[in-house]
Amino acid sequence: MATLTKPKVNIKNHANTEQKSITETAATTKQNMNKKIVYDTKDLNLWYGETHALKDINLSIYEKEVTAIIGPSGCGKSTYLKTLNRMVELVPSVKTSGVITYKDKSILDKSFKVEDLRTRVGMVFQKPNPFPKSIYDNIAYGPKIHGIRNKKILDEIVEKSLRGASIWDEVKDRLKENAYGLSGGQQQRICIARCLAIEPDVILMDEPTSALDPKSTLRVEELIQELKKDYSIVIVTHNMQQAARISDRTAFFLNGEVVEYDETDTIFTNPADSRTEDYISGRFG
Amino acid sequence: MALDNKIDNHDKRSIQDMIAKKKNGKNITSITEKVMPAILFLIAAVSILTTIGIVYTLLTETIEFFKRVPIMDFFTGTVLKPLSQNPEFGVLPLINGTIISSIIAMLVAGPIGIMTAVFLSEYASERVRRTLKPMLEILAGIPTIVYGFFAFTFVTPLIREFFPSVEATNILSPGLVMGVMIIPMIASLSEDAMTSVPNAMREGALALGSTKLEVTFRVVIPAALSGIIASFVLGISRAIGETMIVTIASGSSKNFTFDITQSMQTMTAYIVEVSGGEAPAGSTIYYSLYAVAMTLFVFTLIMNLLARYVSRKFREEY
Repeated sequence: MATLTKPKVNIKNHANTEQKSITETAATTKQNMNKKIVYDTKDLNLWYGETHALKDINLSIYEKEVTAIIGPSGCGKSTYLKTLNRMVELVPSVKTSGVITYKDKSILDKSFKVEDLRTRVGMVFQKPNPFPKSIYDNIAYGPKIHGIRNKKILDEIVEKSLRGASIWDEVKDRLKENAYGLSGGQQQRICIARCLAIEPDVILMDEPTSALDPKSTLRVEELIQELKKDYSIVIVTHNMQQAARISDRTAFFLNGEVVEYDETDTIFTNPADSRTEDYISGRFG
Repeated sequence: MALDNKIDNHDKRSIQDMIAKKKNGKNITSITEKVMPAILFLIAAVSILTTIGIVYTLLTETIEFFKRVPIMDFFTGTVLKPLSQNPEFGVLPLINGTIISSIIAMLVAGPIGIMTAVFLSEYASERVRRTLKPMLEILAGIPTIVYGFFAFTFVTPLIREFFPSVEATNILSPGLVMGVMIIPMIASLSEDAMTSVPNAMREGALALGSTKLEVTFRVVIPAALSGIIASFVLGISRAIGETMIVTIASGSSKNFTFDITQSMQTMTAYIVEVSGGEAPAGSTIYYSLYAVAMTLFVFTLIMNLLARYVSRKFREEY
């Protein structure tokens, strides 16, 4: 991976910003001709009461890629992620405008059933939040509420999901134990397994490693690389190195706007916007 | 700058001086520091000593009673005729009345209490919750004699309106009213338990495509189960110990029956009746009070211990 502190002449960059981003958008569009779009966001605006939290977001998320969203605290990256499965609506004062399509369906329509959306789009949270149930019941919860009752099928799902989250070997002998007996890193992988159990298309991850130690972080990162083969992943992260390590595409958010969205390599080696450069080189944020 | 520093230094010195001066008066403080724990211990011991005193009195008088009435006759007897020429002291009619009235009360209070808790914790807006919960707690503060009167003069006539065969004093009406009395307790404690379930769990379940009902019944209630069960057990314990409502509305016939339309007496009501004047000290009927009180005490003790055990056992750790 490229060095993050590569010196650059800012003035020159400033002048080029607009032109360059236009040409680059064109370039990426060409590159992505054969990539399927999972999520398409058009002119998304979001308000928490009076606070304008997301401003004119335009973003396409591609299938079976890891899309990282980076940016300083309060820039709206988590808000955007939560808009993708409409969890943001749990805040009563939220208002949105604009369109997000998920596989050509407009999900922000009130007529669109959130439960259906969330059945297709899983989410992993910042702090591991397994249910206070046994490991088995944690994984079986999703399939069960969606009507799968057959014990044999459930057993298979549980094993497959735990293997998928590469935690099967650690917990296979203690499936009946409370998930809260596990370490933080293990709990987070249980949460990922819980998510896999209903075989979603997309997994949204909201700073999934920020509460974990470096070793557990590494395991989760490796896992994300594995999962990329079958799932489209959108990950919000505070950690720029993490974004550089694991993502294919990176969006840089600042004050509720997308400053830059491009392939991760480009963002980290040759960003079009000077603010992106300032952020990734650690000058603020 | 220099001046500021000077003032600072000066202030600091003078505060230190003041503290130093106060130090001289600290002797009294140090004595208080030593004596206070002992005084606090004595105060704390009051409630423990009282409990010991009560249990001691109950025990000695109960033992006296069992010298006159065989213990087996007491616990297996289905006839209670303390005032007849040939008195009989079977406690079963009282235990039966207590259990039946408590069951009726819990059948009312359990479902209504828990549904109220679900509404308050999962569905009500913050404003509604803040208005409703204090109102519930006011309901819990109504003196039980008022409930008793309400049962006798309102609920019983209402029941008899529809089912004329129901007696004027019966166990059904006080049972129902007792249930209403216990609702706030169960609702409030269960709501506390459910509110303290972290939101992260609700979010986790919602993110898997659960509906709100599924989240409530499959995640929140199981996670709060220890608190909910504890509230039930405390409710039962309250029903067992409830006195005024049953005394007023259920009469004093010592029937041993399962027909809830009839009058029955509970342990508490028996104690009220007998201690109301007909028991000369030293008589068997006088001692029977203590035996019944002891039984009641053991009942509620068991329920309280059960509540503790259950709330530990069913705690879903998180």
